[in-house]
Amino acid sequence: MSTHTHTHTDKKRFEFNRKTFVTMMVIFAVVYLVGVGIWGLFMDPESYAVNYDAKFVSPNFDHPFGTDFMGRDMFSRCIKALSNSLIIGVLASLFSSFIALFMGVASAVFGGWVDKFVNWCVDLCQGLPHLVLLILISFMLGKGVNGVTLAVIFTHWPSLTRIVRAEVMQVRSSQYVQAAYKMGKTKWQVAATHILPHVIPSYVIGLILLFPHAIMHEASVTFLGFGLPKEMPAIGVILSESMDYLATGKWWLAVFPGLMLLVAVVLFDVIGDNLKKLWNPQSGNE
Amino acid sequence: MQLKAENISFRYTDDGPFVLKDITLEVNSGERVGIVAPSGYGKSTLAKILSGYRLPEEGKVLLDGKPLPMTGYCPVQMVYQHPEQAVNPRHRMDKILNEAWQPDDELLRKMGIEKSWLTRWPSELSGGELQRFCIARVLGPETKFLICDEITTMLDVITQAQIWHLLMEISEERNLGMMIITHNMSLAKRVCTRIVDLTKLNNVHSHTHTHIHDHEHGDEDHVH
Repeated sequence: MSTHTHTHTDKKRFEFNRKTFVTMMVIFAVVYLVGVGIWGLFMDPESYAVNYDAKFVSPNFDHPFGTDFMGRDMFSRCIKALSNSLIIGVLASLFSSFIALFMGVASAVFGGWVDKFVNWCVDLCQGLPHLVLLILISFMLGKGVNGVTLAVIFTHWPSLTRIVRAEVMQVRSSQYVQAAYKMGKTKWQVAATHILPHVIPSYVIGLILLFPHAIMHEASVTFLGFGLPKEMPAIGVILSESMDYLATGKWWLAVFPGLMLLVAVVLFDVIGDNLKKLWNPQSGNE
Repeated sequence: MQLKAENISFRYTDDGPFVLKDITLEVNSGERVGIVAPSGYGKSTLAKILSGYRLPEEGKVLLDGKPLPMTGYCPVQMVYQHPEQAVNPRHRMDKILNEAWQPDDELLRKMGIEKSWLTRWPSELSGGELQRFCIARVLGPETKFLICDEITTMLDVITQAQIWHLLMEISEERNLGMMIITHNMSLAKRVCTRIVDLTKLNNVHSHTHTHIHDHEHGDEDHVH
């Protein structure tokens, strides 16, 4: 809005820079994450096969991330591991967010005992330490991919549920929605024209910001031995294995996988935060 | 046509104090009835009840002897004090304007709505400009009564004058019934055909609680 005072060309250049920069950050993050995901998905298992002739090789040109106690190339293994984590994380947060959307909307629309029940579930889930609940569910479901994925799904919906519920309640009681009803609009029309467009940006951003949580928790549960099986390349597995050799100076086993996890998590945050800036009507034209 | 409030009582909670008690009042087509009272006498609440936004605890709101329709286009429409809250910030102005009907160019010209505003977002218009949209969008042919809740309180005097001139013209032209809620006695005297003092009509004895609700609903008399 302050741009109105600039001359036309000034204004145009200013908008171009800011918006392009933010958009480019988002595109870079998406390309990196999708790239790693796909690369890992179609990777030949031979590239991180066991090779006892090359145990504990420190990072060099052939093995940028070194090799581990079985002579597996850590670079390929990390990519594969991150790809596995990303796919599980994305799946888990997607389903988790569906639960959140359903519970949040139901709670705001029906109110009464439905609202009380949803809030009770949210409090129950948030009242317990996250990791304990994750371990409990994962262990109960027999660990492995199913255990971890379901555990993450069933523990990550509460915060997003609260956001969705608050957004629906806020827009539902707003004057423009009330006025729309008086102008003869049906509940469905109001939901489609006013409520959904209001909730969806927060929902999508909430969903994207859920990914890093899901991935971190998947890695932590696996690290603690309640998650993905040992033979599956996963950041949590790699990190827990690396602990055995850290004291003997095999630093590359922990540093590179740890960094890759960190970068992936930060990039999801970058996407979420920048989309927030782009979509917010207050800053959308800046 | 006649819009009638029959022995209306209202309170915000089941055991709270009454905000309105035994109010009976009617507005006929072509009439412009001013409702005047200081803050806290339930003016905005009365407006919401008469336009069907809230149901009275006792009593009835009747339009030609029949209760207000709960679905479909309501023949009694309300214009709010704060136009920026009454429009969806995510919609462009043309979408807001055409939500219920398609006002013709003649009306837009009369309302002082410029064509170039139609492609803007609500945050890019001033309060007075937005209020013109809020009025225009409820002036559809099905509207028989218009409830104006402090609609010009926060606008500058020139815009106030323009809007009231126009509303007076339209109400006469279309035989529209209007209820005008205001603090401003001189405005009421100028615009209304009849003035009702809500302090005399409302049989509530204690006002210590009611003003809280009035605050909540943005019924403030500061002119910015």
